Amino acid sequence: MGVRLLSVKQTASVISIYAADVSGVASALFELGGMTVLHDASGCNSTYNTHDEPRWYDNDSMVFISALSEMEAIMGDDDKLIRDIEETAADLTPAFIAIAGTPIPMMMGTDLPAIAAVIEHDTGIPCFGLATNSMHSYISGAGMAFEALAERIVTEPRTSARRQNSVNILGMTPLDFSVNGTDDSLRTLLSESGFSVVSTWAMGSTLDEIRRSSEAAVNLVVSACGLPAALELKRRFGTPFVTGLPIGEKGTSRLLDSLRRAAAKTDIKKAPASQVPESFVPDVTLIGESVASCALAEALEDSLNVTTRVLCPLETQAELLRPQDAEALDETDILPYLKGTRLLIADPLYRPICPSGATFLPLPSEGFSGRIYRREIPDLIRDYKAFCEKTGR
Amino acid sequence: MLKRINDKEDLTDTAVRLGDASFPAPFPSGLEYGSPARGAWNIVHTAMLVPQGHQIYVCAAGCLRGVVLTAAEMHAEDRFSCISIRENNVLDGDMETLIIDGIEDILSRLPVRPPAILVYTSCIHHFIGCDLSLVYAKLRERFPDIDFAECYMNPIMRKSGLTPDELTRRSVYTLLHPADPDSHSVNIIGNDLATDETSDLVRLTHSAGFRLHDITLCRTYAEFQNMAASFLNITTQPAARAAASALEDRLGQKQLYVPLCYGYDEIDENTRRLAEALIVPCPDPSPARASCEKALAAALAVIGTTPVAIDYTATPRPLGLARLLLEHGFHVERIYLDAFNGEEKKDFCFLQEQFPDIKLYATIRPKMRFVNRHAGEKLLAVGQKAAYFTGTNYFVNIIEGGGMYGYDGICRMAGLMTEAFLAEKDARSLIQIKGWGCGCCL
Repeated sequence: MGVRLLSVKQTASVISIYAADVSGVASALFELGGMTVLHDASGCNSTYNTHDEPRWYDNDSMVFISALSEMEAIMGDDDKLIRDIEETAADLTPAFIAIAGTPIPMMMGTDLPAIAAVIEHDTGIPCFGLATNSMHSYISGAGMAFEALAERIVTEPRTSARRQNSVNILGMTPLDFSVNGTDDSLRTLLSESGFSVVSTWAMGSTLDEIRRSSEAAVNLVVSACGLPAALELKRRFGTPFVTGLPIGEKGTSRLLDSLRRAAAKTDIKKAPASQVPESFVPDVTLIGESVASCALAEALEDSLNVTTRVLCPLETQAELLRPQDAEALDETDILPYLKGTRLLIADPLYRPICPSGATFLPLPSEGFSGRIYRREIPDLIRDYKAFCEKTGR
Repeated sequence: MLKRINDKEDLTDTAVRLGDASFPAPFPSGLEYGSPARGAWNIVHTAMLVPQGHQIYVCAAGCLRGVVLTAAEMHAEDRFSCISIRENNVLDGDMETLIIDGIEDILSRLPVRPPAILVYTSCIHHFIGCDLSLVYAKLRERFPDIDFAECYMNPIMRKSGLTPDELTRRSVYTLLHPADPDSHSVNIIGNDLATDETSDLVRLTHSAGFRLHDITLCRTYAEFQNMAASFLNITTQPAARAAASALEDRLGQKQLYVPLCYGYDEIDENTRRLAEALIVPCPDPSPARASCEKALAAALAVIGTTPVAIDYTATPRPLGLARLLLEHGFHVERIYLDAFNGEEKKDFCFLQEQFPDIKLYATIRPKMRFVNRHAGEKLLAVGQKAAYFTGTNYFVNIIEGGGMYGYDGICRMAGLMTEAFLAEKDARSLIQIKGWGCGCCL
């Protein structure tokens, strides 16, 4: 089980901050033909479309802000929000509407689910209100958005029989995987391994494909964003799920085996968790999202015969981490874990806190450094070997 | 998506004939879209003008994200820190402690102690009634060697008085310490960009023997502090006026607003008022006017009847620029803005009467997401948003007037329009750079 550290000062003297929950919502739903409204004064939209959304220039997705003003907030003028959304929906005819909250709506106690119900009643368009508040990371927001799709959009399967060896990919957004072709590499690998991909939540799939997700035999959760949807699909349709990413030869083999077993409803026996001594100092420390970082960490252990620890500064579920890993939400939480590590793999904006005795290997993430290092974000499914060589081991 | 009527986009409430537009709000309010044209400066860019200053933002993660990465993209992450607000801080009433202790924690970890810290609080502090007086009193008590500027990132208040942009321009100069007045020094206050050395304003000031200070040219905090001694603060941008008023109240520095504009009579009036404030003879405008006429004629000879589009980020006076160009034979076809600058009422009335068919386009209305961004014919844009929405690569890449001013500014603008018309730019790359002119690692 990972270790959760409580933060006191919540400060970042020199490092960046992860994309927020509202960006996660918008990113998750970006390609699906819906309309996402960030209920905010100003700023969320430009932050999202500048730093968190590499598809903004080329894809005409409907992500807007409500442009909340002081008087509307004080007077609790929900009618204006409802009217503005309904007018825009009448013009643009979105397939669904998602409303995401920010700090002031949270403080006012804005009832977004009730507002969504009114809009859905008035327009006939599926509408969901999501309890984001800009105080959590994109993992939380994207997770809520995917969960809403699983609850509201995915339809019952057309036949009782699931499509054999079929899979949904859950939790794929540019915030974790950029737009460097990782989604294509994953689909290709799965196809070449005998799986048919029903849908990818949510890059490269249509809303209709998402709707048919109930037909898949198994779900593959590729980031913590995908877990809430996987749990909901399991609840609704009994679809089993596997978490992980196919990185490295052995890691890929393990993951495919798990997927096949899960698709065939064969129990996957997990090795019992071993105790990690408090004095454990890993050779390699990775900072990042839990699923991808653990997959990479295991691949490095396979390839390099090293010990690793993942520090997860984002919301995650304990079961997505390994015994030696830890949640460390900010700079003050992270620093103590870095003592003694020989190699730190993290986004380049973590470089200022790399200990002087450690080597720093940059692994940019759109969710942390935004567009700054976009060109250097590797497709680890395809290019793991090249990345591994950069460790110099 | 967007309904089409007779194969034309339905741009009701999003585009309007100037002849049918109302002043100062030609479009209704509603949901808002943000285009990928990002050259306009934000509060981080402006506050970075304080030499050796350090910015600390206290707000929710989502609000921090945009400002942190603004700093990172301009290679200034070492001058930027943040304190993240979580739900418990809103509920527990410990906001004041969070700010004070957080700043102390940050200071203990900074490799260099900054002479000034610009602390940005946010909408949350306003709504929970955070005792900011107490916060700043404690900070000044604990860190007497550091100047603290009270700054605000509270966009929810943007319709309730000064905008965050105006507030930042004002806050920056609260760092100036009172000083003995120097009758030979004047300041340009509140501009993001340096005013051209060749401009009417700078030349007149220098030729009269005055030292001219401008934060954009200061390299050290001490140099910045020299601005406190100037007897006169000149402003040329509407968003800078609040800064000059605050300095007049606090330091007794006189203020003079001589706005960037494009009408010859207004330029002459500005020059006359500047000369009067400096107590120097007013120069004869005839030679400068003649140069302008020549420059505009030369530009027209090249650009001809090519349609021209102007947006409000290029200049605070888009209507004034449009009028100047139209009166000199250019074919200004469209203007992109969301609200009119109140100073442009005269130009609005003139254009409404003389050129009612000019099309006004909003930039933030949701339908603009789907507007046809491919002008069929060659089009010259002035400003990044005009370039984006028309899909042209022929554009003058400036913000906030580009540092140009007066008759000299018009000559330069004519030159830049000619250059832009003759040489294509990579609009896609250029307009996505945040804070044009700040330096960017992209």
